[in-house]
Amino acid sequence: MQQSKTLEMWVGAFVALGVVALFFLAMKVSNLSDYQGDGGYLLKARFDNIGSLKVRAPVSMAGVRIGRVSAIGFDKQRFQAVVEMHIEPQFDSLPEDTSAKILTAGLLGEQYIALEAGGTDEVLKDGSEIELTQSSLVLEEVISKFLYSKAEGSEKKDDASDEKASDGK
Amino acid sequence: MRKTLENLGRVTLDTVKKLGRANLFLLHVLSGTLAILLRFRLLTAQMYSVGVLSILLIAVSGLFVGMVLGLQGFNVLSDFGAEESLGVMVAASLVRELGPVVTALLFAGRAGSALTAEIGLMKATEQLSGMEMMAVDPVKRVITPRFLAGVLSMPLLASLFSMVGVMGGFFVGVGLLGVDEGAFWTQMRSHLDFEDDIINGVIKSLVFGVVVTWIAVFEGHDAIPTSEGVSRATTRSVVYSAFAVLGWDFVLTALMFGED
Repeated sequence: MQQSKTLEMWVGAFVALGVVALFFLAMKVSNLSDYQGDGGYLLKARFDNIGSLKVRAPVSMAGVRIGRVSAIGFDKQRFQAVVEMHIEPQFDSLPEDTSAKILTAGLLGEQYIALEAGGTDEVLKDGSEIELTQSSLVLEEVISKFLYSKAEGSEKKDDASDEKASDGK
Repeated sequence: MRKTLENLGRVTLDTVKKLGRANLFLLHVLSGTLAILLRFRLLTAQMYSVGVLSILLIAVSGLFVGMVLGLQGFNVLSDFGAEESLGVMVAASLVRELGPVVTALLFAGRAGSALTAEIGLMKATEQLSGMEMMAVDPVKRVITPRFLAGVLSMPLLASLFSMVGVMGGFFVGVGLLGVDEGAFWTQMRSHLDFEDDIINGVIKSLVFGVVVTWIAVFEGHDAIPTSEGVSRATTRSVVYSAFAVLGWDFVLTALMFGED
């Protein structure tokens, strides 16, 4: 009898150890502790181009993460991307004229949405849309813009030197 | 020519027959589940020999695997200046792959082989037929508790392996190599998802638990009742378990992490 008691104790300890390990993985290793229940509210925003933004990308304000992208859709009429964001319940006082930008963390990092607070007294509610948005910068577009402006600049310079040369005549 | 065809046919038929026997056997084993859950002491006794006695092996292996991951990961990641991602790398590879797979392989070697040998010897010494003579179903009385204990122990052992491994990676990465402690944990937490990673890892280990224990008890029960037969069955049990675990791991990984 005594032996079966110690045996049961060991099995109990084993099961408890396994559950503790699972709990550790859930709370310490994964993002389960970030979920604060089902509270919070949804915001929408339209972008001309979302680059490589993914579902579950962070939404931050002043560098603090206040929510996550919960869905990405496409508006067939306006040919724009519709991004749905889940904002945590304690951040419920975002002004109505808050603006949203898609930025990149680091040079090659993942893309996220940065919100910038506006100045009105009215606050964004569940389901409301952020009107002021700025698309993500696509590297190719930035480079081509830069090259165009360079080329234009050097053309002007050429024109100017041509004029000078003709003046000299 | 005819000989070759005959051999091929015989091998195929034997394999199909064995698969059929294994499936009927599993149904028979599962039919005793309710009775075993009512006689809980039988299950605890098996949980002790299958699970508790494997803790030390699993924990020590997990610690070393995690430490090696920490060292190797640091060497590669520091070339790209991404040492902070060490936590993500260690935790993701442990939770998604190494935890369930290595635990299942060790479990097959430690517990699976013991189960096969024990059941095979019971058969060889006619203990199982003895039970039948006493109108006790040996499969339900002897094998069901062992099967259930194996299936229940695997997820617990795999979680333990992953936890100890993450600790090992933490000791090496943060303790010895000087990765920032905050970055190690927060990067890990922001990249690993509870449902996608932890739960899928647990599902994997549960499937491996079923596969390994099923093979072990079936090989034991199906062994030729001689000392040579039992020794062959034990070898087959470990070899088949290893193949089955690695094969199923590919299938499960393709299903779980394939898209996106």
